[in-house]
Amino acid sequence: MAAYSLNINNKIFQVDVEEDTSLLWVLREHLGLTGTKYGCGIALCGSCTVHVDGNPMRACAMPVNGLDKNQKITTIEGLSENGDHPVQEAWIEAQAPQCGYCQSGQIMQAVALLGENPNPTKQEIKAYMNGNLCRCGTYLRILKAIELAAGKIAAKT
Amino acid sequence: MELNNQGISRREFLKTSGGVALFIGISGLLPHMISCKNNKEVQKILEKHELTAWVKISEDGQVTIYNPAAEMGQGSMTSLPAIFAEEMDADWSMVNVEFSPQESDIYGSDKWSASNKVMLTAGSMITYGYYSIMRQAGAQARYILMHSAAEHWQVPIGDLSTAPGEVINEKDNKRIGYGDLVPYLTMPVSLPEFSEAELKDPKNYRFIGVDRPRVDIPEKVAGTAKFAIDIQLPDMLYGVLERGTIHGASPTLHNESEILGLKGILKLVPFDYGIGIIAETLEQALAAKKLLNITWGETTASGFNSQDCYEAYDKIASGKSAGKVITNEGDIENALKSASKAFSIDYKNDYVYHAQMEPLNVVAQVGADGKSAEVWVGSQQGFDSKLGIPDYLGIPAESVKINLQYLGGGFGRRSMTDFVLEGTGLAREVAPRPVKLIWTREDDVSYGAYRPLTLQRLRASADASGKITGFSHCIVGDGGHLVASGIGIDYYDIPNKYAEWREVSEGIRLKHWRSVGHGPNKFAIECMVDEIATHFKQDPADLRRNLLAKSPRALATLEKAISMSDWYSSLPENRSKGIAFLERSGTLSTGVCEISVDRSTGKISVHHFWSASDAGIIIQPDNVKAQMEGGILMGIGSVLKEQITIVDGQVQQSNFNDYEIMRMADIPDSVETALIESREPPRGVGESGTPLVACAIANAFLKLTGKTLRHLPFTPERVLNALNS
Repeated sequence: MAAYSLNINNKIFQVDVEEDTSLLWVLREHLGLTGTKYGCGIALCGSCTVHVDGNPMRACAMPVNGLDKNQKITTIEGLSENGDHPVQEAWIEAQAPQCGYCQSGQIMQAVALLGENPNPTKQEIKAYMNGNLCRCGTYLRILKAIELAAGKIAAKT
Repeated sequence: MELNNQGISRREFLKTSGGVALFIGISGLLPHMISCKNNKEVQKILEKHELTAWVKISEDGQVTIYNPAAEMGQGSMTSLPAIFAEEMDADWSMVNVEFSPQESDIYGSDKWSASNKVMLTAGSMITYGYYSIMRQAGAQARYILMHSAAEHWQVPIGDLSTAPGEVINEKDNKRIGYGDLVPYLTMPVSLPEFSEAELKDPKNYRFIGVDRPRVDIPEKVAGTAKFAIDIQLPDMLYGVLERGTIHGASPTLHNESEILGLKGILKLVPFDYGIGIIAETLEQALAAKKLLNITWGETTASGFNSQDCYEAYDKIASGKSAGKVITNEGDIENALKSASKAFSIDYKNDYVYHAQMEPLNVVAQVGADGKSAEVWVGSQQGFDSKLGIPDYLGIPAESVKINLQYLGGGFGRRSMTDFVLEGTGLAREVAPRPVKLIWTREDDVSYGAYRPLTLQRLRASADASGKITGFSHCIVGDGGHLVASGIGIDYYDIPNKYAEWREVSEGIRLKHWRSVGHGPNKFAIECMVDEIATHFKQDPADLRRNLLAKSPRALATLEKAISMSDWYSSLPENRSKGIAFLERSGTLSTGVCEISVDRSTGKISVHHFWSASDAGIIIQPDNVKAQMEGGILMGIGSVLKEQITIVDGQVQQSNFNDYEIMRMADIPDSVETALIESREPPRGVGESGTPLVACAIANAFLKLTGKTLRHLPFTPERVLNALNS
C-alpha cells in the first residue's frame, strides 16, 4: 500500500492503495466518483474515459502510481456543476442515451474532440469516437448530439 | 367497502368490481394509493411499506408515479408514468418517477399469466402489459381527486372536470390544485372501473403519442444515475468468482492457503461451478482471482466443438424421427411431392453473446441471523420478483428486499439470476457485511449465456407460377423456446405450413438474447422467400405483397417500407437493397436495407436502413424510434461480426478484442423509422428492429452478387467464400 495525492476535478484527494491499482478503481471504489464506468478493463470500450490534463484517457489502463500529483484529472462529475455543459445539453436535446452506462465515457470523449476540433465532420466524429462502445446502438444520436454541441459551443464563443 | 383494520388508522380501503382496488392511506398529510387485488395483501404491504403506492401527492403539488418495470434504456421510466399521467391529468412538470417496490401482488401485470401477476421486463412486453393497468389506475386517481373536491366544495361531482394538475368546477370556474386537495382527500364509497368510453378521448391526449423528454436522461448525462455497480454501502466488501471456461465444470482448488494468506482476502467460498473470493478491496479480490490454481472437471460441454457440430445437426435434420411439432397446417408432405418446384435449404447461426455494457454485478447483504436479505441489483425482474433469493437462503419472500437500480443493458441476460444468487451466497458468508460482486468482462463473456446455435432446414413448394404452396421449417438446436420463437409465419398466405424443433443438448449456457429465436428463424424464413423469388425472377417485395394479401396491417408496413426506401428505384453500382417482413412481440415490421460489398476484403457495409412498423398505439414516438434505431444497429453488429466459438468445450472469446461489437465507424448513414397509425393496443418494439437485419442484408447481398449468405455471422471470410463459390 502507498499513499497517493491526486488532483481530481480541481480538488486534492488522498488515497492509500496498492501501487498498481487502476485509476478507475481509485475513482469508483475508493473515492465514490462512480460516474466513470467499468466496461472492459483493457481500454477497448471507453466507458471509463476521463481527462488527464485535458486529454481523453482510459482510467482502467492507468495505474495510480503512474500519475503525477500535478496532473489534472477531470471526470464526468467535474465536467459541469449541474450537468449543463453544452455537450451534456446537446446529449439531452438529442435524447441520446438509452441504458446510459457508456454515456459518461462518450461525453468525456466528445468534449475532448470538440476541444481539439470545434467543427468536426461526420467522418472525423466517427473516427474520434470509434473507441467508445455503445451496445444499445445510440451512435446515430451521439453523432447528432456532437453536431448540436459544436453549434452550441460556436454560438457561445 | 370500507376496511377497518386496527393496525391501519385513518386509512380506507376500497375494492372495486374488476378486482383491482385502489387504496388511499392518509398518514400525516401524504395520501398513498395502491392497487391491489385483496385485502390481506394490502394489509401485509402496508405493514411493510408505508409508502407503497402507484402515486403519491404532496401538498406542494408534487406527484410521484411509480414505475413497476425495469429501466434498461427502453424508456419505461417515462412511458409507463406517461400513460398514468394521461388519465390522472397530471401536470408533467410536477411529476417525479420512482421505481415501485418489487411486490408483484401489487405491481405485477396479468399479461404474462392470467392467474398470476408478474413483474418481468422481457419480451418487449411492458407497454402492452401495463397499458390498461396504468390507464385504469390513473383514471381512478383522478376520480378520487374529483370526488374529494366535490365533497370539499359541496357540489355534484358531475359539475367538475380537470385541467393539468387541478380540479375545476365548470359552473363557477373555481379551481383547486391537486396538492391543495391533500388536506381534503376523502374516499368515495365505491370506485368506478372505467370503461374505454369513460377514459380520456384520444383527441385530448397530452402524453400518449406526444413526445416527452425521457426522465432518466438528465442524470445519465450528468453521470449521477445509479447502476447497481455504483452502490456503496458502509462496511462493504468485494467479491469475485472464478468460473471455468467450460460451462458447468466443477473446480478443484490447489492453493487455498496461499490465497487466504494474501493481504485483504477474507474468505474463499466454493460454488458448484466456481470459487468465490471475498476481499476488503476490489483490486485485492481481482489480484487473488488471477492466482487461483484450479483444475476443472469434465462436463456435458467437454469435447464440444461449435463449428463441427453442424455435421451432426445435418444428420439429425435428415433423420426420420420428428421433433416437437410446432405448426402443422394442411399437408406439407403432399405439397412438397406435388410441387412444380421444391426447395430445400439449410441456414445456420453461431452463438452470440449479450455484451451489455455494464458487466453483471450485485450488492447483497444478508442479516446477521441469516433470516433476511437485501440486494441492490439491475435486474429484468422475473416470475419470482424476489429473484430466487428466498429459496436460495430458505427464508420467506417477505424477508427479502430487492432495490432495483438502472440496468446498464439487459438484452435478456439480466432476466437470469445466477449473479444475484452468487452475490447472496458470498454475503451470507460474511453477514451482515454487504458484498459487491463484480463479474469482470472476461467472466461476462466466457461464462455468458448465449443465443443458441442452430441449424435450420427449410423446405418449400411452389407451383409453376411461383406461388408458394408449402413451407416447412425444421430447427435443430438446444434451448426449447429460445430456438422456436419466431418460427411462425401466420401472416403469410400459404396453405401448407409445418414447423418442428429437434432437440440437441451441448451443455452450453443459453438465454434469451434480444428477439430470441426471431433472429435466426426470421433470417432463415425471409432468406428462403427471397431465394424462391430469385428462382422465379420475381421481385421480392412483390412476392411478399402476394403473401401478405390477406393481412392488411402487415401489408401496410410492407407498402410503407417500399415507398420510404424508394424500393423500385435504381441504385449506383455495387449498391443493392434487401427486404424482410416479420412479427415480433405483436408488432409487425418491414425493413429495407441498402448495402455495398468490398469484394477484395469481404466487408459488407450497411448504408441505409428503413423500417415501417405497426406497433399499435404509440405512447412515445421518439422513444419507439430510438428502440428501432438501437435494435437495428445491434442487429447489424451481430450479423456482421459477432460470434462465440467453442473448441473442446472451451469458450474461445474473452473480451472486446475477440468479441467485437459494432463501433461508430460502421454505422449507417441513416436509419429511418415509420410508425403506422393504429388504435390497437400498444405492442413491443424493443426487439422488432434486430431480427430484420440479417435477412435484409443477406437478401441485398443475393440481389447484388447472386450469391447466398446462409450462415450467421457474415464475417469477411464467409462473405469471400460466398463470392468465390
